[in-house]
Amino acid sequence: MLTSLTVRAARQHLRRREVSSVELTRAFLERIHALNPRFNAYLTVADDEALAMARQADERIARGEDAPLLGVPIAIKDVLSTRGMRTTAGSRILANYVPCWDATAVAQLRAQGAVFLGKLNCDEFAMGSSTENSAFGVTRNPWDESRVPGGSSGGSAVAVAADLCCAALGTDTGGSIRQPAALCGITGLKNTYGRVSRYGLIAFASSLDTVGALTKDVYDAAIMLRAMEGRDPGDSTSVAAEAIDVEALDARRASLNGLTVGVPREYFIEGMQPEVERDVRAAVAHLQALGARIREISLPRTPLGLPVYYIIAPAEASANLARFDGVKYGLRAQGSDLIATYRQTRGAGFGAEVKRRIMLGTYALSAGYYDAYYIRAQKVRTLIKRDFEQAFEQVDVIAAPVSPTTAFPIGAKTDDPIQMYLADVFTLPVSLAGICAISVPCGFDADGLPIGLQLIGPAFGEQRVLEVAHAFQQTTPFHLKKPLS
Amino acid sequence: MLTVAEVERIALLARLALSDDEKLRYSQQLSAILDYAAQLAELDVEDIPPTASVLSVHNVMRDGDETAAGLPRADALRNAPDTDGVSFVVQATFGDEE
Repeated sequence: MLTSLTVRAARQHLRRREVSSVELTRAFLERIHALNPRFNAYLTVADDEALAMARQADERIARGEDAPLLGVPIAIKDVLSTRGMRTTAGSRILANYVPCWDATAVAQLRAQGAVFLGKLNCDEFAMGSSTENSAFGVTRNPWDESRVPGGSSGGSAVAVAADLCCAALGTDTGGSIRQPAALCGITGLKNTYGRVSRYGLIAFASSLDTVGALTKDVYDAAIMLRAMEGRDPGDSTSVAAEAIDVEALDARRASLNGLTVGVPREYFIEGMQPEVERDVRAAVAHLQALGARIREISLPRTPLGLPVYYIIAPAEASANLARFDGVKYGLRAQGSDLIATYRQTRGAGFGAEVKRRIMLGTYALSAGYYDAYYIRAQKVRTLIKRDFEQAFEQVDVIAAPVSPTTAFPIGAKTDDPIQMYLADVFTLPVSLAGICAISVPCGFDADGLPIGLQLIGPAFGEQRVLEVAHAFQQTTPFHLKKPLS
Repeated sequence: MLTVAEVERIALLARLALSDDEKLRYSQQLSAILDYAAQLAELDVEDIPPTASVLSVHNVMRDGDETAAGLPRADALRNAPDTDGVSFVVQATFGDEE
């Protein structure tokens, strides 16, 4: 089936002219129109633009051009700006917003000839762990439609899992690529902070936000990172790292000889689903069988990740979201004076979780509380970062679960913010440390729901993480199993 | 416990209009989250420097400003809720007494 192709396989077919980009794009659009009403992964399906881009790609292919994404249909999380294509951030306040520019990551994919099928649902402003915070309805998990896909990049994870695109862009601030990838049984790479430009990403928490891809396998994750990474004058925090060597993944083959994998004891806790621990430990044993040395390690500040994150991220969000005031773009709800207009616009335009975080962040930054909450959280963030730095003096890669449970039922955690926040307990520390991690499928629970393995690397250690994850995938079947089959 | 009056004060700072129902709910939920964050107060972090950015970013001088095309006016105004074709239209910022 054309729609189940990986990026790499799609490119092989396109290069050999066995299929055209227009044919491939039409196949995806047909499947989207058939299945999206069930899953609500897409908020915008860009039929005309996609076909126009596919025709252009076919012309380039006919001229003999060859590039890793030329003619490949992908889709984009709706927090990334797309020139001329509606970008809502999952929010009522931006329901009709059409950007005049592309995010840099989007522009790079456009220049390389990728085809944009449309924009994907997410928690409002990427704040959430279930995609239930979207103003445009929840996205449903294709493994069980009564369950959440995870979040905030839930639409991206479902679009990839249900073969509604070859690959998808997402963003990860506290786990928003890794956790939905785990809950939907696909691959998701959270890049080191700064590796991919944030320019054109509608900002949530600027010291944590990262742009990355959700894909059908690890090789595609490498292709997507290679296409997006690099220094960008538009983002002063972007960094020119040594480029990913995609072909080297195959060269490494399946041997992990000489590599040390750390297993942090704080990532196996009371209350986690036993099947998650079982399959992650089995995955570690598999890495050992491939030649890796396994070493138990400690990341003692792991439990502090959650309280630190839920001070720092809302504080940054409260500042970033101040720009939504009903003046330059978005919704306006007119009040009796300018302040009343601001308040009514934001009161009507933002959903419950976004307001909750703006309130929390405003409180943490307010006079009298700034030192007690915000500065203190930043100091503990330093300790969390040091935990990882010390661990990476002893090990090359850290293996851990992504999420303490598999996909939970829709509505199960919406009334209790802390229970919802706990879904990210294993992904938040990596975000606070600004390092990289990949989520790859490593098993299924008794209900057939996917389980994710998290492989964590140091800052700019994506090459090694990708190689280990690729070796794991080359010798395990989990990523090949599909929902809806 | 955050009182409704404190919630109202923060909502004004945050430029958010909240319903009575929201004020009550946020006073409970924000209190619960801040209680959870209270575990940070138990740590000795006196000598630990805060991390504002994971990168060792520092100020740099630009190579030199070069003129480049800016955002065309029509594009800048396209998404605005109210314009006169040239500017964003907003209510008065300062009252008559200013």
